[in-house]
Formats: sequence, C-alpha cells, structure tokens
Amino acid sequence: MHPVVKLVVQRVALGLLLLLAASVLIFAGTMILPGDVAQSILGQSATPEALANLRAELGLNEPPVTRYFNWLFGVLQGDLGTALTNGQDIATSMGRRLSNTLFLAFWAAVVAVPLAIFLGLLSVLYRDRWPDKLISAVSLASISIPEFLIGYVLMYFVAVQLGWFSTVAMINDSMSVLEKLNAIALPVAVLTLVVLAHMMRMTRAAILNVMQSAYIETAELKGLSAFRVIFRHAFPNAIAPVVNVVMLNLAYLVVGVVVIEVVFVYPGMGQYLVDHVSKRDVPVVQACGLVFAAVYIGLNMVADIVAILANPRLRHPK
Amino acid sequence: MRGVPVSALIGFFFTAAYFLGAIFAPLVAPYGLAEVVGDVWEPASRTHLLGTDSIGRDLLTRMIYGGRTTIFIATMATLLSFVTGSVLGFLAAVLGGWMDQVMSRLVDLLMSIPTLIFALVVLSVMPVTIPVLIVVMGLLDSTRVYRLARAVAVDINVMDFVEAARLRGEGRGWVIFREILPNALSPLVAEMGLRFIFAVLFVSTLSFLGLGVQPPAADWGGIVKENKDGIVYGIPAALVPAFAIATLAISVNLVADWVLNRTTSLKGGRGG
Repeated sequence: MHPVVKLVVQRVALGLLLLLAASVLIFAGTMILPGDVAQSILGQSATPEALANLRAELGLNEPPVTRYFNWLFGVLQGDLGTALTNGQDIATSMGRRLSNTLFLAFWAAVVAVPLAIFLGLLSVLYRDRWPDKLISAVSLASISIPEFLIGYVLMYFVAVQLGWFSTVAMINDSMSVLEKLNAIALPVAVLTLVVLAHMMRMTRAAILNVMQSAYIETAELKGLSAFRVIFRHAFPNAIAPVVNVVMLNLAYLVVGVVVIEVVFVYPGMGQYLVDHVSKRDVPVVQACGLVFAAVYIGLNMVADIVAILANPRLRHPK
Repeated sequence: MRGVPVSALIGFFFTAAYFLGAIFAPLVAPYGLAEVVGDVWEPASRTHLLGTDSIGRDLLTRMIYGGRTTIFIATMATLLSFVTGSVLGFLAAVLGGWMDQVMSRLVDLLMSIPTLIFALVVLSVMPVTIPVLIVVMGLLDSTRVYRLARAVAVDINVMDFVEAARLRGEGRGWVIFREILPNALSPLVAEMGLRFIFAVLFVSTLSFLGLGVQPPAADWGGIVKENKDGIVYGIPAALVPAFAIATLAISVNLVADWVLNRTTSLKGGRGG
C-alpha cells in the first residue's frame, strides 16, 4: 500500500477509536457522582415515587455497562433518545439547531480565515516594526477577554450606540439569506475576533519558521522583493502548517459558538446544550456533548490528514 | 528590583492590587454585598463610583466581592491542577513503560473533548457548589500541566545527577521531589500564570452561563449575567467586569512573560 494511504487510514482509525473512547467518557462523566443521578436531578425534596419513576425512565435499574451499550447502539442508528423535560425526540429537535450552528460557524470561518492569514503575512513582512507590534498587542488583548464579554462590548457599542445591527440574532426559515446574514453579523464578528488572534499568531510562527530556511536566504540574496519571497517561496511550504492552524482554530470555534449563541440568543446547539444543563436533562446533555466532541475530533483529524497529504516527502517515497 | 523591566513591574502592581482587593474585600468595599443602596442602574456618582446594578446594589462593592470569589476559585483550581498534573507527570516520566503509556493516552483522550463541553456534561449531574467547581476545573486543567510536566521531567530524568541519586539508592519519592522538582520548577511557574488566566476566564464563562457561582454570591461572570439586560437600554454596567478581567489577565501575562524570559536566559538563553 502507498505509505500516504496507509498513514491516512491509520489516522482515520485512530480518530474513530478516539470518538468511541470519548463516548465512554461522556457517558461515564454523568455517572461519576457518588450518589444517585435521579436524586441529584430532582433534588432532596423528591418523593420516593418520583425517584422510582425517573430511575425507570433513565434505565438506572440496569447496570451501567448495559445502559452504555443500549445508548451507543441507539446513537449509531440515529436514535439519540428522548428529552426528559419535554419528552421530545432529541435527534429531531437537534437537527435544525445543528444546521443553524454550522451556518454561524461557517460564516465566521469564511471571514476569519482569509483575514487571519493576511494579517499573519503582514506581521511577518513587517516583523518587529510597528504593524507587527500593533497586531500582537491587539491579539494579546483579545485573548485576555472572555468571548461573551467581547460579545457584549460589541453589542453595546455597535448595536446599541450606533444602532447598526440588532442585539439579538434570531433567525427562522422565512428569512432570505441576506436577512439571515444581517442577523448574524454581530455574532460572526465576535467569533472572528475570538479565533483571529490565535490563528494569526500561529500563522505568523509557521511562516517565520519557514523563513529561516536556507532556500529563503538564497531567494533574498538573489535580490527578490520581500513580497515575492513570501508568496512564491515561503507560502507554498507554509501551507501545511497554516492549514493545520486553521483546522485547530475551527475546532476551537465550535466551542466558542456555545457561549456566543447564549449571548445573542441564537437558536443553535450551544443554546440547546446550556439550557438543558441547567434543567439537568441528562440525555440531551449527553447527545450534545457527543456531537460537539465528534465535530472537534473530526476537525482535528482533518488537520492531521492535511498535514500528511501536504508533506512532499511522503508523496514521493524513495 | 534592578533589571526588572517596566512591563513586569506594571504587571506586578496590578496583580498585587487585585489580590489585595480580593483578600481584604470586606475592608475595601464601601457597602455590604447584598445591600440595596439606590435605584436600579444609577449612573456613576460620588457615592457610587461605578453606579448601581440591576436591583440597586453598589456595583463597585459587587465587583470587589466578585473579584474575591473569582480569584479564589481560579487560584484554588490552578493549585489543584498543578499539584495533580505535575505529580502525575513526574511519576509517568520516572516510571516509564506501560504506566506512562496508560496515563498519557488517558490524558490524550481527556484532551480530545473540548474542556467547556466536558465541564458542562459533568456539571449537569453535579450540585454546582464552589468546591465542585474547583475540583472539576482543576482536574480538567491538570491534563495540560501533565503534558508539560511529563515533557520536562523526561529530559531531566536521564541526567547524570538523577542517575547518581538512583545509584545512591534513593527512592522514587526522593528522585521526584528532590531531583526533578527543583529543576522543573521554572517552566512550571511560568505556565502557572497562563493557567491562572485560563481559570479566571473559565469560571467567568461558567458563571455567565448560570452554571458556575450561584447567587446570592457574586462573581465577575455572574455580574455580567445579572446586568446584561441593561445593555439593550444603553447601560454599560455589564461591561465593567470585562475591564477587570482583561486588566487582570494582561498583568498576569506580563509577569509570566518576564518569569519565562528570566528563567530561560539563566540556562544560556535556551529557547529564548
């Protein structure tokens, strides 16, 4: 087998194994309480009948291993169970919200990725001069503020003071794409700010790393312009690390979405998860946790596979 | 204090100010924590330097007590994550073999689930109290410390003086605490600043989501949650914690940067 194919297959297998292990961990994470889950859901004042009912509903009378496998096989068949709070099918209520979340994350990525790469290149070009210093100071500041506060700062100045956008990002099916984009403009801006700093710093580091190679020195000594050296000689070799950076940050974006959705009352997965954590609706929380973990593990896997494919030494084996 | 850069001094000053404010909160705060002293969302005035909050409590008082809760939780979680993370990391490096494999793969697995998501899953069945928050945050964060501690300790573990200690007949405990720990301390301390900031941001996020510190106790994330409705009416009370968190994070960062530079240059500028 071609070594690249072999490496990719190995990485995919590892990803699936990791996902399986993560599902065990998420399931076990709701079991680690020394007492009884039913008791902690209903509180101290619960009647014995209510407790017994809930135990039966959660299947708590069966051993944990049986429960885990029942859950796992259900998930594999697309059955995520039913919510405790309203008895609805989780997969149905999640579908709409998942596509809303992906819509938000997609547009955030569309704005953030080119911008981050461009600014990263800019700060390499003006390394240790004022544009570089300005960019790194701004990115330090944006790393130091939690996502939800960036959200409120923007909401306060842009939506309330300037009145440009709405303070809530409600979307529904009857809206056209443009209306939807207008509604999510602020959350997209916040998410962009959140990942921009990380992505830019890592892009800068990846390109600087390439810039220290001997062939770059040769290109500089030939008298090529700085732009030409960066775009023709450095950038192609920096693609693999940069794509890696982008993927890792998209994975980070998926988590950032949780908080931003709550800030802007956006009907997505994050809102769904947070609501049901406070209602102690364990099946919904497990299902959401699994979906988020799957997206996160998947993006990390894609990052590794791109790195494997982009490595010319592996493409042309000796 | 010669040779300490200005940025580190500024960082020290603000970090110390926040910690002192947190420790002596009852002395510094002008009013009581739950005392209603004015109208809803009064603007800043001489009697209320930052104005009042959503039910007329003094915002400065809430910020000072809130800082106390936030800083306390973040500090305890950081300490817990450092003790567990570094002891397990050193142990993995010293033991090696399958024990190391088992522990490292387990940490890889924990890190494959986003921290916030896993914390939410666990908190959905836990009673949300301050000790539970500290333990959950500390243990989840210890995976990062474990990685660093193990990487540093593996390097030290093969040095001649560790070998000498082993040949002398010293036990595992001596090797970990008397040989490896002193030499691994400086990178760990520099990392500690970053982990502390992460803990502050994390506990604020949880409280903002309503899953962290529960009212009537105040903390910075909770203050945002209580006052967020004011934003729509143009009342900036919810933005005050943003300023506090950002200045605390930046000043701790400045100190950590300096510690990192200082300790790396002591070893001949390695990695500097």
